[in-house]
Amino acid sequence: MIPAEFKYLFPSSVDEAVRMLAEEGEDAKIIAGGQSLVPVLRMRLAAPTALIDIGGLTELTGVRDDGDSLLIGAMTTHYEVQRDHLIQDHALLLRLVTDTVADPQVRHRGTFGGSLCHADPAGDLLAPALALDAVMIIAGPGGRREVPAAEFFVDYFETALRPDEILIDVRVPKYTGWGAHYEKLNRVAQAWSIVAVAAAVQVSGGKIAAARVGLTNVGSGPVRAADVESALIGQPASAEAISAAALKASSGDGYKDNLARVLTDRALMAAVAG
Amino acid sequence: MHISVNVDGVTYADEVEPRLLLVHYLRERLSKTGTVVGCDTGNCGACTVHLDGHSVKSCQMFAVQANGHEVTTIEGLARDGRLHPVQEAFRSNHALQCGFCTPGMIMQAIDLLADESDPDDETVRKGLEGNLCRCTGYQNIVRAVQDAAQRMKPGAGPKIEQHSDENIAAKQPVGGE
Repeated sequence: MIPAEFKYLFPSSVDEAVRMLAEEGEDAKIIAGGQSLVPVLRMRLAAPTALIDIGGLTELTGVRDDGDSLLIGAMTTHYEVQRDHLIQDHALLLRLVTDTVADPQVRHRGTFGGSLCHADPAGDLLAPALALDAVMIIAGPGGRREVPAAEFFVDYFETALRPDEILIDVRVPKYTGWGAHYEKLNRVAQAWSIVAVAAAVQVSGGKIAAARVGLTNVGSGPVRAADVESALIGQPASAEAISAAALKASSGDGYKDNLARVLTDRALMAAVAG
Repeated sequence: MHISVNVDGVTYADEVEPRLLLVHYLRERLSKTGTVVGCDTGNCGACTVHLDGHSVKSCQMFAVQANGHEVTTIEGLARDGRLHPVQEAFRSNHALQCGFCTPGMIMQAIDLLADESDPDDETVRKGLEGNLCRCTGYQNIVRAVQDAAQRMKPGAGPKIEQHSDENIAAKQPVGGE
């Protein structure tokens, strides 16, 4: 399968990429790692007139320490996220989630920012980005703007990113010392989640001081289990308290509602243990 | 568009259409048909090559994205007519039936062994998660990767490449007066 023809552009700076997007119009598309976009192009589900390859923008790769938060370059690959010591120390949940993304070959090329912009509701990185209160730093013709994850994910494969904008960095507050776990249910290797739960928990003196819980693939975008989070605060880090709180992950009686509750229970139990 | 790519140690300069996939460039322009197209959807890993030393699926990227980079294919592994230790291990462990997945399996196995020098069963299976064998010959593939790990251990090479400290000490130049 061969994609439709497109014009290929290779900017050498973010500003140049933004300018190219403006010049090429709304049928132009940014290509990051291309691990979702190339299959889409090959199946001709999309036929952009121009591809702007930001693979040469090395300033968009890597993780930086920014005081109370981390700045993750949008072009940082999954492979790099898995091995970054700042992520390991301050955003363990992101590493655990990234370990489960696709397969090693895809993780070598696929990027953190690309996954968020693609906004596949079954994509693994959306729920932790939402739960960890990540903020998207976006470049456009009018300069930079910041959009919190809660406003960034709009619908299936749709984000708040405008056609002439590029995600350049993601700010993630530090969760130093928090326990974390990603509980993912799928049937076969490299399949997307049927449902998955991303959980981070801060335990202090045997009690849960704070919790963050995000659900993957239960709606048109990631879902924050805010009722679970608030039910956990001040509770003992015990199986009883966690099971009771996990029931608030969903109030429905469908298959995925049940999965959300069961997997939230498992994710939280593993997070407080680790 | 003009590209310059180093493939298996040789630099090629070519004019390519931007939509040309890397795997098609390798097979059709460079005649490196050792890299195969399995599924056409990015699932099977048969087209795995190394880009700057890391495994990638060559059907999941365009040739223009390899401009200025180094690609290693299954055809670039043998040295002086001798197979790479991972190729040897696949051969002697019967790690192939139809052989179609083999080039990708071997390229991914080499990538895995670069990170994990002595992987257990589970680590091999996770490391080869992106490679499918439709003959389902996974048992021997896992055995071959573990065997290859042993063959590639320090000191496991041919006699001529083995240097004990004694040999090295014996070869130290004697100081002249």
